[in-house]
Amino acid sequence: MILLASRYLIWVFALFMLMSWDQATAEELSLKEIATGVYVHQGVHQLPNQHNRGEIANIGFIIGEHCIAVIDSGGSPYQGFALKQQIGKHSQIPICYVINTHVHPDHIYGNLAFKAVGVSFVGHHKLTQAMALRAPFYREKAHSELGFALSPEHFVPPDQPVKDTLELDLGGRTLRVTAHPTAHTDNDLSIFDTQTETLWLGDLLFMGHVPVVDGSLNGWLSEIEKLRKIGAKQVVPGHGPVVAAWPLALMGEENYLKRLQTEIRAAIKAGKTIEQAMNEIGQSMRPDWQLFDDFHKRNIATAFAELEWEDD
Amino acid sequence: MKIPVTSSRILMIIAGLLLASQALRAEGEDETAWNTTLKQQFFPNRAIEEDQQTLEITAPYRAEDPALVPLQITSKFPQTKENFIKNITVIIDNNPVPFSASFDFTPESGKADIATRMRFNAYTHVRAIAETNDGKLHMAKAFVKASGGCSAPIGTDLEAAKARMGKMKFRFDGDKATLGQPNPVQLLISHPNITGMQMDQISRMVQPAHYVTEVKVSFEGKAVMTTKTDIAISADPNLRFYFAPDKAGELKAEVKDNLGNTYSASQAVTP
Ligand SMILES: [Zn+2]
Repeated sequence: MILLASRYLIWVFALFMLMSWDQATAEELSLKEIATGVYVHQGVHQLPNQHNRGEIANIGFIIGEHCIAVIDSGGSPYQGFALKQQIGKHSQIPICYVINTHVHPDHIYGNLAFKAVGVSFVGHHKLTQAMALRAPFYREKAHSELGFALSPEHFVPPDQPVKDTLELDLGGRTLRVTAHPTAHTDNDLSIFDTQTETLWLGDLLFMGHVPVVDGSLNGWLSEIEKLRKIGAKQVVPGHGPVVAAWPLALMGEENYLKRLQTEIRAAIKAGKTIEQAMNEIGQSMRPDWQLFDDFHKRNIATAFAELEWEDD
Repeated sequence: MKIPVTSSRILMIIAGLLLASQALRAEGEDETAWNTTLKQQFFPNRAIEEDQQTLEITAPYRAEDPALVPLQITSKFPQTKENFIKNITVIIDNNPVPFSASFDFTPESGKADIATRMRFNAYTHVRAIAETNDGKLHMAKAFVKASGGCSAPIGTDLEAAKARMGKMKFRFDGDKATLGQPNPVQLLISHPNITGMQMDQISRMVQPAHYVTEVKVSFEGKAVMTTKTDIAISADPNLRFYFAPDKAGELKAEVKDNLGNTYSASQAVTP
């Protein structure tokens, strides 16, 4: 009974939030056209909280002759609506695709705003599972830390799961979508726009914001090796500037991850505990990264637990 | 200490979720769940002393990764036949399943210390309750804030853990054991430890719970430590503890999971 009542209240709350958003004037979502028809909104290097409502990642869209593809829908339901509204101002071409680069909240919470007949959701083949596993926890966190209610419907899973690659024809330009093995997460996608040779990496690329290992350190480093060979002119990181030079943009992240790998391997070999590793490793890299104190230790923990098994 | 049986499991999870959501609303280091429900549920009508003489618990105040929170429980005296800790039970108040682990020790354990890694779903107390051989209960507790951001209390690469499921490793502090002394040892068990908690509306591919329920460590057939574990234990369970060998011999670990799989590994110990 209590469960039912609180569920009902959450719904009322969610409806109220949506209605009040609709009535309010939408905040303008700033966008930059970084290449012909490629628009990016720049996120901020902050932890998700009630003020930024979790709207911290780079998100955007690419316009073709017949179709628009949204790449990451935003960190809140509001940002999803704001992005949709901005797209409407730029172009009357229909949105055919919403591509989620991975499961993290700042990249998927705007999904519901785009759900409509004719809109296909594209994601890694493991994205649905990742959403299902994380949603109960993420919903609680949205409520307690971001200040909005999320219903199960906000987690729109992909109807076009990608196992290897997928070509999306937007009319006059083709997007090549690639599913990656476990790296930043176990459900990372990248997008290559063949027309402008722009590579959209989502959180496979962090710049300024310390990289976050929520998948596999070794996996990420070996993906970086492969990514480097892509003949792109420029890249859109998941966190950082709206556009950066390729492959130079990889350098900071690669250095950080390599140093983690080297030092954690040495710590394991020396018989150190995970607690010691978390306190000791890589502290001198603090000045190079924003949010270092928020994510560095967790990166060590995650990577330590992975590298313990690498000789097997 | 009663280990929850399957029939009451669902109810416990529902109760846990309710308590967790109440706790979320009550800001601060709230102990309502423990005082009103958990204490009576796990230690009915027993006195529990919060003294500083028996054990200490160390956990980070801010859990960097809620899927992997290092937890250390340190006993304040060596295990002897006359005076020893029989059991340590770990309860995480506001987790969906508060019962997290229970460790049985013997005088052969040398020292009733345990370090492991656990999942934390919320801001919560974690408490270790030790039962000494005189039948008394002693408690130490710590408060942990599971940090937010993009992390979730699951594993990061379940597939990798599944692929090597059942692999185990022992790690010692050197190649030689010291006889008659507590020797530290680390046991690594590869297992995805899937919690089974998920949102079924999203996924029809339900990932049923699959986690380690029991770890028995023995030296030359004599129990060193026997552990009952639940879904709070992180993927790839990792246990650091002591054993006190009196001769050369074989250290053995036997592991069971909730689906009835069993795994074992052993390691020769030489002084
Ligand atoms: Zn991410």
